[in-house]
Amino acid sequence: MSWEVVIGLEVHVQLNTASKLFSGSKLSTGAEPNTQASLVDLGLPGTLPVVNREAVRKAALFGLAINADICRHSVFERKNYFYPDLPKGYQTTQLAEPIVGAGVVEIQLESGEKKDVRIHHAHLEEDAGKSLHEDFHGMTGIDLNRAGTPLIEVVSEPDMANAEEAVAFARKLHAIVTSIGICDGDMSQGNMRFDVNISVRKPGEPLGTRTETKNLNSFRFMEKAIALEVERQIDVLEDGGEIVQETRLYNGDTHTARSMRSKEDANDYRYFPCPDLLPVAITDADIEELKAAMPELPDSRKARFINDYQLSEYDADLLSGSIATAAFFEAAAKAGGDAKLAANWVMGELAAKLNAEEKDIAGSPVSAEQLGQLIARLKDGTISSKIAKQVLEACWAGEGNPDDIIEAKGLKQMSDTGELEKIVDDIIANNAAQVDDYRNSDDAKKKKKIGFFVGQAMKATQGKANPQQLNKLLQEKLQ
Amino acid sequence: MHTKTLTELKAGLANRDFSSRELTEHFLARIQQYDGDLNSFVTVTDTQALAQADAADAAIAAGKAGLLTGLPIAHKDIFCTEGVRTSCGSKMLDNFIAPYTATVVEKMAAEGAVMLGKTNMDEFAMGSSNETSYYGPVKNPWDLERVPGGSSGGAAACLGARLAPGATGTDTGGSIRQPAALNNITGLKPTYGRVSRWGMIAFASSLDQAGPMAQSAEDCALMLQAMAGHDHRDSTSLNEKVGDYLGALKDDISGLTIGIPEEFFPDTLDGAIADNSRDAIRELEKLGAKVVSVSLPSIKLSVPAYYVIAPAEASANLSRFDGVRFGHRCDDPQDLEDLYKRSRSEGFGDEVKRRILVGAYALSAGYYDAYYRRAQQVRRLIRDDFARAFEKVDVLMGPTAPETAFKLGAKKDDPVSMYMADVFTIGVNLAGLPALSMPTGFINGLPTGTQIIGNYFREGQILNVAHKYQQATDWHKQAPAFGGAQ
Repeated sequence: MSWEVVIGLEVHVQLNTASKLFSGSKLSTGAEPNTQASLVDLGLPGTLPVVNREAVRKAALFGLAINADICRHSVFERKNYFYPDLPKGYQTTQLAEPIVGAGVVEIQLESGEKKDVRIHHAHLEEDAGKSLHEDFHGMTGIDLNRAGTPLIEVVSEPDMANAEEAVAFARKLHAIVTSIGICDGDMSQGNMRFDVNISVRKPGEPLGTRTETKNLNSFRFMEKAIALEVERQIDVLEDGGEIVQETRLYNGDTHTARSMRSKEDANDYRYFPCPDLLPVAITDADIEELKAAMPELPDSRKARFINDYQLSEYDADLLSGSIATAAFFEAAAKAGGDAKLAANWVMGELAAKLNAEEKDIAGSPVSAEQLGQLIARLKDGTISSKIAKQVLEACWAGEGNPDDIIEAKGLKQMSDTGELEKIVDDIIANNAAQVDDYRNSDDAKKKKKIGFFVGQAMKATQGKANPQQLNKLLQEKLQ
Repeated sequence: MHTKTLTELKAGLANRDFSSRELTEHFLARIQQYDGDLNSFVTVTDTQALAQADAADAAIAAGKAGLLTGLPIAHKDIFCTEGVRTSCGSKMLDNFIAPYTATVVEKMAAEGAVMLGKTNMDEFAMGSSNETSYYGPVKNPWDLERVPGGSSGGAAACLGARLAPGATGTDTGGSIRQPAALNNITGLKPTYGRVSRWGMIAFASSLDQAGPMAQSAEDCALMLQAMAGHDHRDSTSLNEKVGDYLGALKDDISGLTIGIPEEFFPDTLDGAIADNSRDAIRELEKLGAKVVSVSLPSIKLSVPAYYVIAPAEASANLSRFDGVRFGHRCDDPQDLEDLYKRSRSEGFGDEVKRRILVGAYALSAGYYDAYYRRAQQVRRLIRDDFARAFEKVDVLMGPTAPETAFKLGAKKDDPVSMYMADVFTIGVNLAGLPALSMPTGFINGLPTGTQIIGNYFREGQILNVAHKYQQATDWHKQAPAFGGAQ
């Protein structure tokens, strides 16, 4: 009998507020160590936290986006443990009364099947600083710039049965938090970090012992790490061993994982309500205001793409999944006047180039407006799709707008029948043998053999011949 | 000059009888001369004090005097003061110079106060005798072999000996009121949230409250006027209008209802202590107050509840002292665990360690419900008891402390009997109410105090009652023979 995999996720989502959760320090990446750390962030004696209402608002907005109950009086608690990058010796977080209660996220799988992943709760908490192990001559440096950064930790129920579902869930969460504008969603900067709880069991049996694989910061690593851990657990169990409850750390570079700590080493965190902070009150009026301000969610955006642009469900899903992609697509479709072409180019050529150079769509060297211009020229027949790729390359390389590139490089399609006819006549005259061969072939072979003449014509026109026109002309002249 | 109250000194400055520099020099000289015996200061800030005094004299000359302009004040060494060591009575912070100033200190400075220095205290405010200080015990000016009480023992002793005319204290379970009683001075713990905790090193955050200590209720009103107010940097500071405390002093107290909680006069209480407080209450009756008996049935649980809640909060509050960023760090740490263990073992004294252990235990898995949660339930019962009492009465009164100043070392090995020193004061902190202790007589030459507890934000009323009493009596004017204080 085969094994059943049970996966639950804990996702840390970094909120993109202007300042930290309990201090006025700015959030920043890349600043010099400890330059974005105030008295409060350093945990200096006598300092006190004041909750950032914007972080509360963003957390509540997330709750509403997943149809969760919003706790009207959520409570911050202290989670006590010692670590050098935890300045106060406790993390201020939520436990018994988190701001966001149970909710649900719908995911769509490649098969087209849809599935609900339940959210147990989501709570607000502060991030810790960073320990720096390099350049300190055997000592550890501490950078507290990140300390106090607002996070929501989203805790799912163990509703996922494989890596595909887990990744689909992670992507959907990414789509939601970026769509509602509470997180920048840059995984490489740790804006979202995934901890995956995995266990396996025989169908019908109670849940097996789970392990937690921590801090996965890309969808690809997450998928690979799950596969690795599932395989490890099954191997252990099939060899008659037992799974030890532990935290594991995945290394994406080597595709290996190691045990970080076992349950026996687990701290007793001695949670208790933080006496420095009052319960966070959220009123009905706050909720109404948030609902009214709710940006478009990925699901409704997808439905709109299907309706307004006649996209397939698959295309709509891909394009609506990230707010940056969706915005890019819509801008390109508008500028180009053809949604289907825009969809194809965004998901096709552009995506391939972005992937190849590991670029984010937000950082695309070709703007949505430029892609739109390219699409417009394709649509009005000024250029062929082959030339269009060439124009995209040039545009990517920073050579200007598509119209300028087409003009400067003389890439306009040759649609003048007279000029093209002359070229076709020359080719026929200069390739008598091929012409005879063509004429003596049956229809099926003719279809293949016409390619030679098309190639010659394209060569002569440097690819600028309008393909439809050329084909028509050749068929007529070769008869 | 040193026998005068702040109010009298303020009038003297306004009248140009003396300058703030003369006043400040006078108190600095007294500290220099007598504090060797008393040990009430950890740090004396002469240079800054004289600079502030000169600035105050200029302000007075320019007609720009604030509430406290030119008046020398001693700050408890629990308040962070930029550029001046803030030790909190601990070896842990012996090297700590805060890069910022506490709101209380800042507000008083803004009103022109001159800081004389930082007063000695029980380590991290944990103690009722000032014997837990890393800087050695403070002596009681009424008898140098006795304790001054704690934790604001340095503040109370320097006031008693007239080494300063006004001082700040903090009160988590009685730390302003009990030493006030033992040194024959007046001290007020305001409503929780009335005075900002920003910059005040936390012992038990839900109980800590700063307040004024001085020779009279009138002086305390003057100081509170400058200290109180909402602070956006402290989430627990309340956005409630600051009262006119000086104005309230004039109110008539005839018709005032004083409640006498029977639990504050138990059969086991020293008869002389009870008598002094009953005499004080009778004095107020003469001034027109009515007296009724009330009961606070849950108050007997206040000491055990407090000794769960306060250590629990402290155990987390003191985690930041880990040798990593500030404070004491052990020599040559071998690894992280060694750094933590030795820095904290060396930096903290026994009482602090005891409370961290008790607190961590009360919060630990499996014990939280039995200790911490139940203590919080008791806390609610105590609050409800007080609320019921205040439906019938304006203020509650009883002895501040169950005994007069005890001998140094007498309770050193008996923490529980030490904890009982705060048996009458702790309930007030658990409920978050304001309360004042004022001098109400002596037993064998040692001062006793009586506590006046008011409803939330009724500091004005408490000060009014104490002021009326002090206008009719002169217990608060008695000073010890020590240091020519009389």
